[in-house]
Amino acid sequence: MKKRIILLFVVSLVLTSILSGCGESKPSINVYNWGEYINTDVLDIFEEETGIRVVYDTFATNEDLYVKMKQGGSSYDVVFPSDYMIERMIREDLLLEMDLENIPMFEKIDDKFLDIDYDPNNIYSVPYMWGTVGIIYNTKMVDRELTAWADLWDEAFSKEIIMLNSQRDTLAVALKKLGYSMNTRNIKELEEARDELIAQKPLVLAYLGDEVKDVMIGGEAAIAVVWSGDAQAMIEENPDLKYVIPAEGTNLWVDAMVIPKNAENVEGAEKFINFMTRPDIAAMNADYIGYSSPIPEAIFLLPEEVQNSKVAYPSEEELGETEIFMDPKDIIGEYDRIWTEITSAQ
Amino acid sequence: MVSKYMKRFYALLIFIFLYAPIIILIIYSFNDSKLRGSWNGFTLKWYFELFKNKEALKALYYTIVIAISSSIISTILGTFAAIGIHGMGGFNKKLILNLNYLPVLNPDIVTAVALMALFRLAHINFGLFTLLLAHITFSVPYVILSILPKLKQMNVHLAEAAMDLGATPFYSLRKIIIPQIMPGIITGALLAFTLSIDDFVISFFTTGHGVSNLSIYIYSMARKGINPIINALSTLMFIFMVVLLLIINYRSGKAEKMIEERR
Repeated sequence: MKKRIILLFVVSLVLTSILSGCGESKPSINVYNWGEYINTDVLDIFEEETGIRVVYDTFATNEDLYVKMKQGGSSYDVVFPSDYMIERMIREDLLLEMDLENIPMFEKIDDKFLDIDYDPNNIYSVPYMWGTVGIIYNTKMVDRELTAWADLWDEAFSKEIIMLNSQRDTLAVALKKLGYSMNTRNIKELEEARDELIAQKPLVLAYLGDEVKDVMIGGEAAIAVVWSGDAQAMIEENPDLKYVIPAEGTNLWVDAMVIPKNAENVEGAEKFINFMTRPDIAAMNADYIGYSSPIPEAIFLLPEEVQNSKVAYPSEEELGETEIFMDPKDIIGEYDRIWTEITSAQ
Repeated sequence: MVSKYMKRFYALLIFIFLYAPIIILIIYSFNDSKLRGSWNGFTLKWYFELFKNKEALKALYYTIVIAISSSIISTILGTFAAIGIHGMGGFNKKLILNLNYLPVLNPDIVTAVALMALFRLAHINFGLFTLLLAHITFSVPYVILSILPKLKQMNVHLAEAAMDLGATPFYSLRKIIIPQIMPGIITGALLAFTLSIDDFVISFFTTGHGVSNLSIYIYSMARKGINPIINALSTLMFIFMVVLLLIINYRSGKAEKMIEERR
């Protein structure tokens, strides 16, 4: 008897949840974003203001997002890819052209982040967050100012350096040190960068991902290559840490909002993108995530110390020359080969 | 004497290996810092934030709904399949048994992509339904494998005797066979339940918008760092499991006592 009750309960639970998915009369949009990349309070505000329910899901990497979009069977209305992935999606005809007249808040975005190579004239994408890659170091453990990528090859820091376990970002460090473009299509330059990284290996403590934060805060290593958003979080925990954007120039990355071609509620998607670009909402998100907003009016609403932070909002000259990653297209295999040679080198 | 201490020491080591990560996770669920590296003092705030976080609760809800329903359905399917396979003989039995092993040995990713392709072909919308189907699919072989040995141990003549005495086949199935293989069925159900909670790869490829289980939700935090509410959630789930185990042990202990008293 007891078992039957449990069974009945489960069946009804499943049925109601399946039915509530289909039978909902309220309009809804499906949003697919990075994990921990939004202040979820704004979703409630959006629903209150527009009456559109947001069905919200999260992904971990651009590649996961790409798989989900290619796989089909389940459509999203707004997704948040990064620069090089947007370029690839445009090339593969996965994105819908946006009607900017429906997104009036678009004009609030700083020109610096518009009309970039991955999407000329912003036909498909509206920037959401941006950041840089730089060097973070512990001023108590490093007795001089670090200013350049070349400092990562200084033998004084043997076994004190943490590099990113990320193909493009780490190759970019070596390419920039050599004075090449991080989007080079010249195999010779890539191989030179490979040799540099292999030569640097004895100095490197480890290639890490997200764990780098714990290691740097705990003072287990002196120097690390990190993303600016993470740097901000690390400095808050350990004030001895300092973030610099190297003199040779660095990578500027942008995550943007796009509408997939198979979106079911394009009108709702445009409303959502417009809503997310509104300064007060953008400020709520930037405050929660700790990454940099491309909307000056939103930055103005943030706490004073964040506005003045050189990590999140560096001045034009501090930023120096930046490059945005481009999709390597046909030579992606060469990238993979060279990265394998680096990681497997002794 | 020495060997006794060695044995204890060895057991202790194994338990440390098994439980140290969980204990550390529980400790950090009370840490007043977003990061794992430093201890900033005791707090309960992650527990409060957990119950305010709709995304996490929704993921927990789907995980439990899928785990319970897929384990019940796959246990029913698996039990009947096992009884059927047990009754077969010769080449057919071998064939079916090996077909049953294949999905167990297959890498998850193969099962995942294959299921995804199948659902696409059938034009089923990805969501809770496809996720449930996928979980049932990968659980059934394990259920069958955990019930078959119990069937082998069973005395075949008991069911025959019951039917001799006038029981219908279904009645003897219910009153004779099922009670005898019950331990196997329960093991199978628990296995299916934990497999379903554990699964990431197959879920990732077979779910659609609006439906994420805990493993997908936690994995998606990889870039920004794992939110400490996950420590709080894992702690609560661990405590729940321990309490459940204690209750099951207590009850089965009581049942055994009752049987002994009757004798």
